[in-house]
Amino acid sequence: MALNYDFEWGLLLENPHKEWIIEGLAHTVGLSLTAWVIALIIGILIGTIRMTQSPLLRFIGTAYVEFFRNIPLLVQLFIWFFVFPLMLPNDLMFAWNRLPHVPLITALLALSLFTAARVAEHIRAGISSIPKGQFDAARSSGLTQVQMYRHVIIPYAFRVMIPTITSEFLTVFKNSALTLTIGVAEITGAAKAIEAWSFHGIEAYTVASVTYMTTTATVVLFMGWLEHRLRIPGLIARK
Amino acid sequence: MDWNVIIVNLPFLMKGLWMSIKLAVLVICFAFPIACVMAVGRISNRLWIRYPSAIFVNIMRSNPLILIVFWFFFLVPILTGRPVGDFASVMIGFVVFFAAYFTEIIRSGIQSVGHNQIQAGLSTGLSYFQTMRMIVLPQALRNMIPALITECVIVFQGTTIAYVVGLREFLNSTFLVTERTLRPAELYIFAAIVYFIVCFAGSLLARQLEKRKVIT
Repeated sequence: MALNYDFEWGLLLENPHKEWIIEGLAHTVGLSLTAWVIALIIGILIGTIRMTQSPLLRFIGTAYVEFFRNIPLLVQLFIWFFVFPLMLPNDLMFAWNRLPHVPLITALLALSLFTAARVAEHIRAGISSIPKGQFDAARSSGLTQVQMYRHVIIPYAFRVMIPTITSEFLTVFKNSALTLTIGVAEITGAAKAIEAWSFHGIEAYTVASVTYMTTTATVVLFMGWLEHRLRIPGLIARK
Repeated sequence: MDWNVIIVNLPFLMKGLWMSIKLAVLVICFAFPIACVMAVGRISNRLWIRYPSAIFVNIMRSNPLILIVFWFFFLVPILTGRPVGDFASVMIGFVVFFAAYFTEIIRSGIQSVGHNQIQAGLSTGLSYFQTMRMIVLPQALRNMIPALITECVIVFQGTTIAYVVGLREFLNSTFLVTERTLRPAELYIFAAIVYFIVCFAGSLLARQLEKRKVIT
């Protein structure tokens, strides 16, 4: 097996490669952070309505989660990108197409809604893991259902759910790579472009891989620290 | 809306769907045995086995699938020194990537079996391998079947990523038909429905089995 390849790491620092990498990093980080925050908000909402008494609200919540989880993200991206504008009334469609950075907005929309479904599942699992006694105790001390959630259940569930919700950021971070298919210049797309431009795939993909791996390592370390800070004494045993 | 476009192009689309299914099944068939070996490596007492497996799993799990596909699509021809075809390159990438995820599922399945089960097995005079084969693995397998099915659904969803290298699976076939007919709405909605049906069936199956498993 002869490795027939000339390494040339210097070309990563040459323009236009350098500019592409910087732009790619900015897009990956910006897109995934924003999508994650939006997904948390929507996900908490959907997760909570799945725990209510109303069958209609529960159905809406479940339908949302199943819908977004069982269609591949790439298909969802294509639908938002190619189909969604066609479904708008004419004048709205023109306004949409005139927006700056349509791919970026579409990517944000698709990533947030997709991730929200996953967050909603984590929220539900987190709330279900709370012992029934907590609910009984809250109600019997005279709290209304809203107050119960606001003061007892959510603060408790939040701390139980920190690990899954943080790791959801890593999922968005990696999923954001898919948006290169609709023309968002994120880091994987930048690496692909450098490869196509210079045939130096190993160097180009290394940049992207290192980005994902250092981010993962950083977030995992931070998560461990946060989990330790916010642990509920006697509940979460850290190994 | 003109749904006729789907009926006219149905043979082409179904060929794509067949490709997706073939890819998913092959990936699962290759990734699973590799993952079984790696999972045992992950919990081995020998550090020179445990660390490399852990490093491999963590590298794969911290990279997006699409990037792994690009990596292998670029590397496989260089390493083998000759073109092996798109399908083989993509498949190798998928197998390596999903083997890491299967490894983690199998590992946590094995670890979900209580330590006292192993002690009980050993104290009745079984050897370590007998204990593994007759006590631990049957229980572990039962515990991890729902997670394995969920992962198979994820593999099927993941096959859409072969689109980026032009492999003619279901999503790429749909894309090619939209390029020709300029009817993205009907076609992508159809694709979404097909994916939804397959994946939802898988999710329901996993959930059903999840309810049935009671051994702890």
